[in-house]
Amino acid sequence: MQVLYFAWVRERIGVPREVVDTSAETVRDLVAELQAKEERYTLAFSDLSALRVAVDQVLSDFDTPLAGVQEVAFFPPMTGG
Amino acid sequence: MRVLVQDAPFDLGAETQAFAQGHSDMGAIVTFTGVVRDLPGDPLQVMEIEHYPGMTELALREMAETAKERFSLGDVLVIHRFGALKPGEMIMMVATAAPHRKDAFAAADFLMDYLKSRAPFWKREITAKGATWVASKEADEDALGQWETP
Repeated sequence: MQVLYFAWVRERIGVPREVVDTSAETVRDLVAELQAKEERYTLAFSDLSALRVAVDQVLSDFDTPLAGVQEVAFFPPMTGG
Repeated sequence: MRVLVQDAPFDLGAETQAFAQGHSDMGAIVTFTGVVRDLPGDPLQVMEIEHYPGMTELALREMAETAKERFSLGDVLVIHRFGALKPGEMIMMVATAAPHRKDAFAAADFLMDYLKSRAPFWKREITAKGATWVASKEADEDALGQWETP
C-alpha cells in the first residue's frame, strides 16, 4: 500500500511517500502499526484530532476499512483558497 | 467547466474575458480572486503552497460539479496555484456563470468555503524569522455548516 504524507506530517516523518506492507483492517490499525515501528511515527501521529486522512484520494476518517485500498494519505487540516 | 491546478501565474483579465464569452443565456458572471497577503510586522518573503496531485483535481472537480448542480450554473471555472508565491501574487480564482446574480454570488461563496477546508492544499509562510505552516481556522470549518442541507 502506498502511504503519503503532506505538510508538517511529511516533515516529521521525513519522507513524502513510502510503500507499507500491512494487513491493517482500518486506518486506525495502520496508524497503530506505524507508531509501533519508530519514534518519528509516534510523534507524527500523537494527536489524531490534528490530522486528516484520505483513502484512495477521498477524504475519510480513521475507522475507514482498508480492504482493497491502494493509497492512504495523512495530512493536517487543509488551508486552501 | 474548467478546473486547473498549476504553478504558473494566470491572467485574471484574459481568463475572465474568455469565461464571460459564449454565455448569452447567463445574465450574471461572478469572479473571486485570492491574493497572497503580506504579514504586518513580520514581512512575508514567500508563501509556499503544497498540494496532493491527483486528489486536488478530483476534489476541485467534485466541488465544481456540486456547485453547478446546486446553483443552476451555466459554467464554473476554478484555477488554483501551488509552489512558491510572493506577496501580491494571485493564488487562485473562481468564476461562476448563472442566469441571475444571486446564484452566481452564492455559488462563488460556496466554492470558496469548500476550497478553504476541503481541497488538499497546505500553505507555509516564510519570513526572516523562519517558516510556519498556516493553521486552519475554526471559522473556515464553521463556514461549511451554512451549506449543509437539512
